[in-house]
Parts: sequence; structure tokens; C-alpha cells
Amino acid sequence: MSKLIEGRAWKFGDDVNTDLIIPGKYKLSITDLDELSKHAMEGIDPEFTVKFRKGDIIVAGKNFGCGSSREQAPLVLKHVGVSAIIAKSFARIFYRNAINLGLPVIECVDAERIEHGDMLRIDLEGGLIKNLEKNEEYRFKPFPEEIWVILFSGGLVSYVKKYGKLPW
Amino acid sequence: MGKTISEKILSRASGKDVYAGDIIIADVDSAMAHDGTALLAIEAFEEMKGSGLFNPNSISLVLDHVAPSSNETFSKVHKRIREFAFNYRANFYEVGSGVCHQIMIETGQVKPGELIVGADSHTCTYGALGAFATGIGSTDMAAVFMSGKLWFKVPGTMEVRIDGSLPKMVTPKDVILKVVGEIGADGATYQAIEFKGSTVKEMSVEGRLTLCNMAVEMGAKTGIIEPDEKTIKYLEDMNVDVDPQGILKSDPDAKYTAKLQFDMSDLEPQVACPHSVDNVKPISKVEGTPINQAFLGSCTNGRIEDLRLAAKILDGRKVKRGVRMIVIPISRRIYLQALKEGLIETFIDAGCVVCNPGCGPCVGAHQGILAPGEVCVSTSNRNFKGRMGCMDAEIYLASPATVAASAIEGEITDPRRLKVDE
Ligand code: SF4
Repeated sequence: MSKLIEGRAWKFGDDVNTDLIIPGKYKLSITDLDELSKHAMEGIDPEFTVKFRKGDIIVAGKNFGCGSSREQAPLVLKHVGVSAIIAKSFARIFYRNAINLGLPVIECVDAERIEHGDMLRIDLEGGLIKNLEKNEEYRFKPFPEEIWVILFSGGLVSYVKKYGKLPW
Repeated sequence: MGKTISEKILSRASGKDVYAGDIIIADVDSAMAHDGTALLAIEAFEEMKGSGLFNPNSISLVLDHVAPSSNETFSKVHKRIREFAFNYRANFYEVGSGVCHQIMIETGQVKPGELIVGADSHTCTYGALGAFATGIGSTDMAAVFMSGKLWFKVPGTMEVRIDGSLPKMVTPKDVILKVVGEIGADGATYQAIEFKGSTVKEMSVEGRLTLCNMAVEMGAKTGIIEPDEKTIKYLEDMNVDVDPQGILKSDPDAKYTAKLQFDMSDLEPQVACPHSVDNVKPISKVEGTPINQAFLGSCTNGRIEDLRLAAKILDGRKVKRGVRMIVIPISRRIYLQALKEGLIETFIDAGCVVCNPGCGPCVGAHQGILAPGEVCVSTSNRNFKGRMGCMDAEIYLASPATVAASAIEGEITDPRRLKVDE
């Protein structure tokens, strides 16, 4: 996974729950990931996957990913090409799942300053987001070592493939 | 420095002296995945070239979310899980056994003082028995399958003290709805909520399970309650032995992130309105809202006390024409008990449909999917848009008493309005 990420912001509000990211009825009836991913974010914007461009970044308010433990939620977002998610805060299971899938999840209080369509550049290691549109910089706490090794390997499965064992 | 019960359990599980904020690797005592999450875990396990389960006796796989299966795709999912469980000798619970969380408790997979993970967000339910239990995702679960271990961040603990004796027809569900409404959907993110106080002390273990079940609706990592004689008796009644070493309590000088206090002696029945669990109102504000479906069941409120309370209200009455009421006992054991007590007969007499133990309409995959414009009043724990399978339907969350009363009247109804024989 790259330590530098560049993409356009897709702005969402607070409490975006897992049923909005991928409704349970699809999670429980479609196992093909290409098919399932067509319904990503359908609960908020039915056209999301049509308009979304690979590499774009999701920006949201507080408690992103609240609700169920379904790993299909971060999985479909990664599959449609979301390169990172920036939010004021995340629900904890979603956060863990995203890290395990190698999808960077960034907690940043300044998420609210970012607007839909802003061009962003994220330095994951340095803990810095540059808003190229507004010429602003926002800091976030870099990942602790335990999490960084998993994330940077591209997720837990990739880590195990690379090193032949779990991190513990 | 003193420790909370959660810090004590995680210290034991990691073999270190740990406090809130520490990142640890801990031994997991027991783990569970169900038909909504096990497939991804199995796939990750295979991708990571897992050769066996670290401890098959501590891994439980349950078919409860779409059970019996409603389509071919899901039948294939069930088949994969069944084969995996048999191949690797994991504990396996077939369609009809009941909701995963209740099965974990009834089969002795949950004991006070243990660390338990489940690939389901409502795993936090088991905290009611004094265990530290939390939901994880499927890849995490695959790692637990392989190693019996996982990394955790030790959470801070928020103390929620609840006092006062509950008025008639006001239940633990009303208590927890009130608390969720006050704390909010993200008010306890990353934290453990420790429920204390005289109301909790007085409450049955079943009621405590209802409280802890909804801790995750405030973003909490778990809900937890110090175990007492009631906890031990509840488990012993199900032939589960309790190790006295596991009976832990928080130290008086333990550090809490916050302390909240509620007096529930004047509490009205509460209702969580669409489309978020923290949109809670006293019933007087929503009475009269017409309903199309009523659901009694789920891991929140499908236990014997819940069924007894609803049956008492429905006894000798009929569900309103135009409304269907779905009743789902939480497990086979509870189903049988309800049968023996005559509760099932009462439900059927009243015009309810009684389905096999499982999640039923709670997650919107089968059994009771709503149509656009319809309204359901439910004893389950989530009312998100689309939760019961339809984006244009509305879900109100309430107690078993409120759900039963509403089914009779065809509109959201304060259960205290109906005369009930004591
Ligand atoms: S009853 Fe509902 S909330 Fe409980 S485990 Fe089943 S789907 Fe999840």
C-alpha cells in the first residue's frame, strides 16, 4: 500500500451506519463481490457507484460505520476503489475491519473543513492531510506500530501471505 | 492503582498488568461466528492458509440470520459453514437452534471473567454475565480461529448508575432505550459501559442481558455488569459451572472516564423512533402512530420473561385486523419452555404467527420484510433505514409490553392502558 494517497473528497454526514453502506438484505443474498459492490452507499446515494471514481476519498462526520460488524461494509468500499476514509470518528468494529482489509481509516477533527469535491493529498506515515483546493493542512495522529504493520502490508491476510504468520 | 472489571479481565487474558489505553495481545476464551459473518471468516482463514482451529471446542458456528435459508445463494453459504464446522470439529448449531448470542450463553461458552469475541456487534450482550465480550469482524475472527489470540485496545470505562424501582409495565428495555437516548449513538465509542445501581441489582439476569445487548448502540465496546448470586444461579440452572475465580468486581479506586446517574422510578415506557436508535421519546409523544407489523423476539427481547409479559397482555385478546404480529422465541430451549407454560398457545390464539428460533425479521433478510410505507414496532435493537429489508419503511423500537399492546390496538399504545390480570 502506498504511504501517499491523492484523491477527491466525497462528503457524507454523521452516523453513516453499515446498513446505509451495504444493506443487510444484499449482504445476506449476494456473495459475489462485484455484484454486492454495486450497492455500496446505496442507502444514502443510489448513484454513488456510478459517479464514484477509483481512488476517491470518503470524508464524513462522527461515528462512521456504526451498526453491525459486517465486514462487507469496508469491503465493498475498498472494492469500488475508495483509497481512504477520513472521519471525525469511527465506530470501532468498522475501524478494525478496515485496517484488517488494508483500507486506511483516518480520524481527524478537521474533517468538517473538507468539502465535497476538494482535492486531497494524505501522508499516512506523517499524519498530514493537504487540502489542495483550499490550501489548508490538517494533522492526524499517526497509526500506532501494531496497526501500521497490518495496514501497510495491505491488511491482515496480506500480512500473513507476506510473512507467513500472524503479527502475534 | 485500582482496576475496573474490564481491566482485570483483560489483564488476566493478556498475562500483563494493563490499564485503559494499552494495546495488548490477549488469549480469547471463546469465539462465535454466524451465517452472516462466518463465510468471510472461512475465506480469510483459507487465504491465510489456516491448517486447523487453535481450539475447536471454543469456536461456535451458528446458523441463525437467514434460517431456514430463503434462497439458493444462502443455502450454499449454510452448506460451506456446515462443512467447515464438521471438518474442523468446531461447535455447530443448526438452523432452528436459536439466536447465536443466546446459544453461546446456554451452551456454557460464556462465563464470568472470560474474554469472548463474536463476529457480531451484539456480542456485548454477554457482559451481563460479568464477561468481557465484544464484536469483531470476519478477518479478525479468522485470526482467532488460527491462533486463539487477538489484539485489543483496553477501553476506558464509563459508569452508568441506574437507581429506583421500575413502575408497572416499565421494563429493562425501556431503561436501556432511555439511556441510549441520553448518551447518544456515539456517546460511548471505544469504551466499556459498566451498569450499576439498585435497579440493575434488582433486575433479573434476562433484563441485564437486554441492557448490555444495546451497549453497542452507544458505540461501546461492551456493556458489563459485576456478577452476583443471580448470575451464578442463572448459569447453574442451565448446567453451566461457574469458576469462583471469574467473579470479579471493579476496585473502589478504579478510574472511570465518566460517571452518569439515572433515576428510573418515574420512567414512562420509551420508544426509539425512525431512523436512529438514539431518537428516543417517551411513549406519550408517539402514541397513536398506526402500525402494520409487530415483532417480538431478537437477541434483545426474545427470552422467557419477555414472552411471558407479552403473553399476559395478549391473553384473551386479538391482534388488530390488518396487523400481523410475529413472535420468535430466542432459542429452542426458550421455545420449549414457552410451549410448556402455554405461552405459545396464547400467542396463536391471539392471531400471532410464531416462527422458529432465529433472528427473524430483525436483519431484513427473510420472515417479515416490510413494504414501502409500512411501520413496524419491534423489540429488536436497530431501526436504521432499510433494516427490515425496505428503505421506505419505518421501525419503532420498544419493550415487549409496548409491542403486544400496540399489536392489539393497531397503533403504538402505552401498555399501561390495557387491563391485565396479575
Ligand atoms: S437478533 Fe438481530 S441483532 Fe440479534 S444477532 Fe440476530 S440479527 Fe443481530
